[in-house]
Amino acid sequence: MINLFVRSLWNRRSTAVLTIFSISISVTLLLGVENIRQGVRGSFSSAVSGTDIIVGARGGSLQLLLYSIFRIGNAPNNLSWESYIEFNNDKRVKWTIPISLGDSHRGFRVLGTNQNYFKYFRYGSKKKLGFSKGKSFSKLFDAVIGSEVARNLNYQLNEDIIIAHGTGNKSFLKHDDRPFKVVGILRPTGTPVDQTVHVSLEGITAMHIDWESGAPPMEGESLSSEDILKRDLKSEEITSFLIGLKSKIHVFSLQREINTYKEEPLSAIMPGVALQELWNILRTAETGLRVISWFVLFTGLLGMLTALLSGLNERRREMAILRSVGAGPSTISFLLIFEAVFLTFTGILFGLCFLYITLFVSRPLLETYFGLFLPINPPSFKDLFLLGGIILAAMFMGVIPAFKAYRQSLVDGMTIRL
Amino acid sequence: MAETILDFKNVCFSWKNSGRELLNLPELLVNQHDHVFLQGPSGSGKSTLLALVGGILVSESGTLKVLGTEIKSLSSSARDSFRVDHIGFIFQLFNLLPYLSIEENVILPLSFSKIRSKRAGRTKVDQVKEAQRLLKALGLGEQLAEKSPVTELSVGQQQRVAAARALIGNPELIIADEPTSALDADLRHSFLDLLFSECKKAGSTLLFVSHDSSLSELFKKKFSMNEINIIKN
Repeated sequence: MINLFVRSLWNRRSTAVLTIFSISISVTLLLGVENIRQGVRGSFSSAVSGTDIIVGARGGSLQLLLYSIFRIGNAPNNLSWESYIEFNNDKRVKWTIPISLGDSHRGFRVLGTNQNYFKYFRYGSKKKLGFSKGKSFSKLFDAVIGSEVARNLNYQLNEDIIIAHGTGNKSFLKHDDRPFKVVGILRPTGTPVDQTVHVSLEGITAMHIDWESGAPPMEGESLSSEDILKRDLKSEEITSFLIGLKSKIHVFSLQREINTYKEEPLSAIMPGVALQELWNILRTAETGLRVISWFVLFTGLLGMLTALLSGLNERRREMAILRSVGAGPSTISFLLIFEAVFLTFTGILFGLCFLYITLFVSRPLLETYFGLFLPINPPSFKDLFLLGGIILAAMFMGVIPAFKAYRQSLVDGMTIRL
Repeated sequence: MAETILDFKNVCFSWKNSGRELLNLPELLVNQHDHVFLQGPSGSGKSTLLALVGGILVSESGTLKVLGTEIKSLSSSARDSFRVDHIGFIFQLFNLLPYLSIEENVILPLSFSKIRSKRAGRTKVDQVKEAQRLLKALGLGEQLAEKSPVTELSVGQQQRVAAARALIGNPELIIADEPTSALDADLRHSFLDLLFSECKKAGSTLLFVSHDSSLSELFKKKFSMNEINIIKN
């Protein structure tokens, strides 16, 4: 019986292969959309775990979240060091992490901060940053680089790096008179941290010390690095800061206070709420993608049904021959339903292969270009449930040609239609 | 005394939804080892008669015994096994599954029938040998040796493979439905000669159905559908 099935299907292999192919594509799409959606969400959520409030200059909450955590876009304005100190000293606050952005190194953003960053910043499931090599910055021109920066630019410890003014890859203004030295490389985190060059706030100030309104100093006027060390390098401005609270109870009251702060227009956001805002914006696109992938699946199954039904006319003789040598309606039905299930099952297997190949191939690209870390998990329980549902649907579709074949066999009786 | 192979008494059949009567057969008897010629044009109820004998359709009234078994009393799956156990079919055309080899086409009924499988040989190897013996007896030794795909056989050769498939495992009844209508006149006679002699060797009864009355001279026993089927319209 199985032999007959295999030989018969092999005889119609071109149609079968096309059917399997279209089903596998739809499965890849269906699971891929879901996988990427969850991956993106997980990736974004994991980049801000442990932070209760993000503070920046007055502006949209989503914008603040994107530039301060994901290094996407730029800050509309900076905030004053005094405001930062004010909230840093608040009784309810456990820790703060200052963030100063605006420079870059060969396309990677440079972030000025202090030791709190390595002490309090959390990613993923509340994991602490760790060093794969070296240690935190201690001197003025020390830099700590993320794992992706090190991998991509093939940097080792003690490498001298020159930071460019502005955030473009091809910035013409370079702080090349004051090179930084790599003293630490962070372990991979799967967050934007991997793509960041970290320096001290003082380092950022030092870089810009004799710059006037965003322009580099005239030749011969720039201070030597020795002179800079003697200066007072206290920051005057930072871009934003992260707050961790002693108790979550105070999150709303503090947020309100920051938002209504008299001295300076500030925005305070809760990362979770801002992310939710992002998901709401993306939901339409997600739904669109999901609807499309459902339609592709539907088309795939419909294509299979078409192939089975149109094949049935050609197979009418085959069925009559099998009937004449003793195959009952149940055998014929089994052959047809099993074929539908077999094609779908094979399509699903190939679809899963495609999916994982695509994920493995695209993961480094997504990580490098978008800072998205897609976890590659085996199909979830939900996925398996979905795939089971598809097979069930295929089985029901197989019933249609099976029933038609049964009707035909009654009409044909013991004759072969020419 | 010769056993009765087919025994029709007052068999009626009509499609349930149209109500049109297709067959009303007061009597038809076929004895063992008979070679029977059943003549009738298309639409005379031939196909219905064959479907009833094969157990694909079931009569509404009367008794239809095949080898003494009332077909109506069997369940649907029992009718399917009964068919393959006791009847070999040869169709007019397209008898073979294109994706199986010549031998595989011949032994196809054996995988559906334990009885015929046992008769054809104890092991699979013996069964294939039996298939080869039949094919050689039917003059297909050359094609067998060349392992020709069935799609490359001529119509006459295909019909002989079909005859081998009907004969394998010595079923009691061979039903040949217009098996020669696609063949040339001289091929027709040689095919019939082979069929007769192999049926005799296998001890099978032959029911030969054709619209072509010129072949009827070769048979001792003849029926005409127009005479035995008395539908009212």
